[in-house]
Amino acid sequence: MTETGFTPDEMMTIAAARVMRNDDVCFVGIGAPSAACNVARLTHAPDITLIYESGTIGTTPDILPLSIGDGELCETALTTVSVPEMFRYWLQGGRVSVGFLGAAQLDRFGNINTTVIGDYAHPKTRLPGGGGAPEIASSSGQIYITMKQSLRGMVDKIDFFTSFGHGTGGDHRQRMGIKTAGPTLLITDLAIWKPDPETKEFTVVSLHPGVTRQQVQDTCGWQVSFLEELGETPPPDERELTTLRQLTARTKAAHEGKTA
Amino acid sequence: MEFQNLGDAVQQNLKDGDTVAFEGFTHLIPHAAAHEVIRQNIADLTVIRMTPDLVYDQMVGMGLVRKVIFSYAGNPGVGLLRRMRDAIENEWPRALEIEEHSHAAMANAYEAGASGLPCAIFRGYLGAGLKQVNPNIRSVICPFTGEELAAVPAICPDVSFIHAQKADRKGNVLIEGIVGVQKEAVLAAKRAVVTVEEIVDDLNAHPNMCVLPHWTISSICVVPGGAHPSYTHGYYDRDNAAYLEWDDIAADRERFQTWMTKNVLQSSPEAFRDRVKSLGVAL
Repeated sequence: MTETGFTPDEMMTIAAARVMRNDDVCFVGIGAPSAACNVARLTHAPDITLIYESGTIGTTPDILPLSIGDGELCETALTTVSVPEMFRYWLQGGRVSVGFLGAAQLDRFGNINTTVIGDYAHPKTRLPGGGGAPEIASSSGQIYITMKQSLRGMVDKIDFFTSFGHGTGGDHRQRMGIKTAGPTLLITDLAIWKPDPETKEFTVVSLHPGVTRQQVQDTCGWQVSFLEELGETPPPDERELTTLRQLTARTKAAHEGKTA
Repeated sequence: MEFQNLGDAVQQNLKDGDTVAFEGFTHLIPHAAAHEVIRQNIADLTVIRMTPDLVYDQMVGMGLVRKVIFSYAGNPGVGLLRRMRDAIENEWPRALEIEEHSHAAMANAYEAGASGLPCAIFRGYLGAGLKQVNPNIRSVICPFTGEELAAVPAICPDVSFIHAQKADRKGNVLIEGIVGVQKEAVLAAKRAVVTVEEIVDDLNAHPNMCVLPHWTISSICVVPGGAHPSYTHGYYDRDNAAYLEWDDIAADRERFQTWMTKNVLQSSPEAFRDRVKSLGVAL
C-alpha cells in the first residue's frame, strides 16, 4: 500500500473494470481480466454478460475462479454449452463484443505472446500457450488487454505471435483479412493506453494517480509515446475498492481451504 | 459395452504406441484412469488433450509419452506445467514431440472426428505464429465466397478416456455441468472408456441432457472420486489447493518421483473415494 490508499494492482483492476459496459458480451481471460470483469459486474455493469471458454455464458461467480472451468462458473451461469459450440457459434459467430486478455509478452502494436520465450523449437522458457487467445483476438469485436508493466513483459519485439494485434501497425489487420477492431485499450498498473488512430502504436492517454512518465518509460521496453493532452486516471472510489477487496478476500479464502 | 474394473478396462483398451485422449475441460478430468495407465506402464503414447494439465504432466514426467497434441499446457490459474517443460526444454526423462494448436482448432478437430470428416474448417489462426511451426495447420478456400479458412486434421483417437457423473444399468452415461469436448472425444474414438461416480437405476435425464448411449462406449468403470483433484459437478468440488500444491511437487524431479510412487504407483483406484471426502457430498 502506498500513501494513496490503494495499490498499483488495485488501480489497474479498477481502471480495467471501468471500461466494461453493462451491455457488453465479454469473453474473459483468466487472471487480471477475470477480476476486472467481475468488479465491473458488481459495481456499474450488473447486466454484463461474462463468457469463459469452458462454455459458461452469463456467469455471475461470487468468488473469482482459479481456472476457467471452476464449478462456480457453471452453477451461476445462464447456460453452459460445449466447448466446440462456444468457439463455433458464440465466438466465431460474432456474438462477443469484447475479448479481455492478459499477456506474458506484449509489443507496442498489441501483439501478444504466451507461447515461448526464446526459439519455438528450443525454448528458453516454455509457457502454457495460446488456449483460446488466437481466435479471441481475431473474432471478438474489440480486444482489451491488461497486464503489469515490466521490461520483461512489454518488449520491443515479442518472441512468438500467439495472437495477432495490429501486426506491424497501420492497416495490417485489414490486409490480413481480419475484420474486427483488435486491441483498442491497454490498462497497466501505471497507465491507460490507446492505439494511435493511424499507426496503431499504443500511446499513453492517462497516468494513474502519482505515476510519472519516467516510471512508465522505465518499465516498458519500447520508446513510449504520450498523448499531448495527457489525462490522470481518477483514483478508485470507496465502492470500487471495497468491492475489489471483498472479492479478493472471498476468493483467497475459498482457494486455500479444501473445505471452503 | 462392458462393466469392468479399471485395471481390466485399461489393459483391454490401451496398448503401447496408441493415440489416446483423456478429456475433461477442467471439470471431470479422468485422473483415476490416467493413474491406472501409469501403473500399467503403458508407454510410447501420443496423448491428445486441449488442456493437458496435471495428468499429462504426470504421464510425461513418468516417461510414457512420445508426443503431445494440445492447445494449452498450463496448470490453470496456477502457472506452467513443470514436468512437461522439463521434457520440452531438457528432454527429461525423454524427448517430447509436440503438436500445438489453439482451443478453437482442437474443439473443431474433435467435432470433425465425431462427424466422420477428415478435417475441420473454421475461421482461425489469423496472423498466429502457430501456422509457421505446425505443418498440420493449413488452409482452404471457401468455394462460395473465396474466403481463406483454416483447416486442421480431424482428431480420431484409438481410445478416449472420460469421467462422468453416472451410468444406468445398461451403461448409458450422463454428463452434466461443464461438458467440454467429452461427447465429441468419445464419438471420435475407436474405443471409449468411461469412469463414473455411480451406477443408478434411472439417469433422470431431461430430453436435452448430454447422454452417451451404451453402444458408443467400450467399458464403464465405477470409480467414486475418479476425477480428483478435478471435480464432478453435483458430487464434489475442485480441489484448488491440490492444484496449487502440484506446482511445488512438480518443480523438482525427485520430489515428483517420490509423490508419484506414493500416490500413484503404490495406490489404487479405490483411493480416490477418500481424496474427495472433504470436498463435497458423501459417496
